[in-house]
Amino acid sequence: MINYWPLIGILLVVIGFAMKFNPMLVVTVAAIATGLIAGMDPVEVIGTFGKAFNDNRIIAIVWIVLPVIGLLERFGLQQRAAAVIRSMKNATTGRLLILYLAYRQVTAAIGLHSTAGHPQTVRPLVAPMALAAAEKQHGELTEDEAEKVKAYSAATDNVGLFFGEDIFFAIGSIVLIQQILATYGYILAPLELALWAIPTAIAAFLIHGARLMLFDRKLGRREP
Amino acid sequence: MITLHWLYALAGSMFAAFSLLSALDTAHSKRFGNAAFWGLMALSLLAGDYIGDLGNGLLVLGLAGLAGFGFIGRSNPPTTNGEERLAWSDRLGNKLFLPALIIPVTALVGTLAYNYTPLGGTGWIEAKRETYVFLGLGVLLAIATIFAWLRPPAVAPLQEGRRLIDAIGWAAVLPQMLASLGVLFAAAGIGDAIGSLTRMAIPQGSVFLTVAVFGVGMAVFTMVMGNAFAAFPVMAAAIGVPLLIQGYGGDPAVVGAIGMLAGFCGTLMTPMAANFNLVPAALLELKDQYGVIRAQVATALPMLAVNILLIYFLAWR
Repeated sequence: MINYWPLIGILLVVIGFAMKFNPMLVVTVAAIATGLIAGMDPVEVIGTFGKAFNDNRIIAIVWIVLPVIGLLERFGLQQRAAAVIRSMKNATTGRLLILYLAYRQVTAAIGLHSTAGHPQTVRPLVAPMALAAAEKQHGELTEDEAEKVKAYSAATDNVGLFFGEDIFFAIGSIVLIQQILATYGYILAPLELALWAIPTAIAAFLIHGARLMLFDRKLGRREP
Repeated sequence: MITLHWLYALAGSMFAAFSLLSALDTAHSKRFGNAAFWGLMALSLLAGDYIGDLGNGLLVLGLAGLAGFGFIGRSNPPTTNGEERLAWSDRLGNKLFLPALIIPVTALVGTLAYNYTPLGGTGWIEAKRETYVFLGLGVLLAIATIFAWLRPPAVAPLQEGRRLIDAIGWAAVLPQMLASLGVLFAAAGIGDAIGSLTRMAIPQGSVFLTVAVFGVGMAVFTMVMGNAFAAFPVMAAAIGVPLLIQGYGGDPAVVGAIGMLAGFCGTLMTPMAANFNLVPAALLELKDQYGVIRAQVATALPMLAVNILLIYFLAWR
């Protein structure tokens, strides 16, 4: 008999995020509630949560790039990125982000997914470039428009990464698919799986690229 | 052998320095909260293996309490202002991009050289962790280069790093918290419950509707767990293998590969995938913490439809 009560943990997460409570508290409360509902005692719940946190410390390593990014910002890296864009005649926000989308998809597809990302490239380079392109074309941006340009910069990084990385056969998700299917007796080569990521990658480029072109027009259509 | 623990020590020392500099920042109204928060991160990275599961659990509760009840906040460490930065940018020109490339190039060249030349033959780096090790090396090389070239004050990298980490705040720790929540969800049997609920939603005999439930199920369960990796084994066991592959004879490679990509559409739409959606919102200093998600929904939903159609047309080609 399957126990459905632990699903209350999911409900807590959904309600907590929807009510915009602090996510750190939401996650902690949901974790403890889920553990207790599943029949663990409180010490066991906290211990399980702590062990999992300790086992996932690899996630925190990426922050060691911050001192370098901060130092480069101190010497005007964001301003330099914007200056490069201003010197280009045909640069628009949409075209620039389409270029970055293609770059991100292609580099991720050949296994270079960790060479770009939100701390490494979006904050110091892509977002300031996209903002500079928008300002060059449309003049001073309102706060809402600047927010949108930055949000689209981050979104483009995610879309490029997600729908590029699975074309590379030695990536975690491909290995996972292969292992899961192997337990059911379907032995597949990683390359065979990676191949089927290509149609989706092309569709992602077309759909997100079209949205970026529309975004350019939307920025241009505002009232003077 | 160089292991991941060397990198934990490096990151831990950095967080310890952030903690100390926070405590000394008399202009900061929440300086002791920030000092305690980054101090706990330093403790986790430096000594997490020695304080036991319960000790780690209490450490996590401390982090959640400090962040959840507003004890941490942004800081203003000494840095250059906008005009100075513009002057530096004009003076240094495009050479300024070179140190920025040191980290990705070191990670890339190092990883390739380690795997495809005799360099890696002796196994002096923990298996499968070489990219992280070269990332760390790249960081140290970049800092050394910037010091040799531009001679900033000695404490500048740590102060600039603190400026950025305080701008990100608790969002820097949230991805690790969510991964831990996923472990508890799995231990509580949430995967089985979701799998059985999904099976109930499937109409008999319709291949297309079964594919659609599989794709939507991947996306929705990924939104719940924040991670398609957690959703895939559940959906494969509930629908993918027994119904699509064994029942209707679909191609396992297509069902597996594109099913995972349907899950990625869910990743674009959930705050649970904090490192992709909430961290950049903090990093780019957006007012709306869901701003990045809002920009992604109109790409994610059509992509989900495309993936469902691709499975339907390619798995039975």
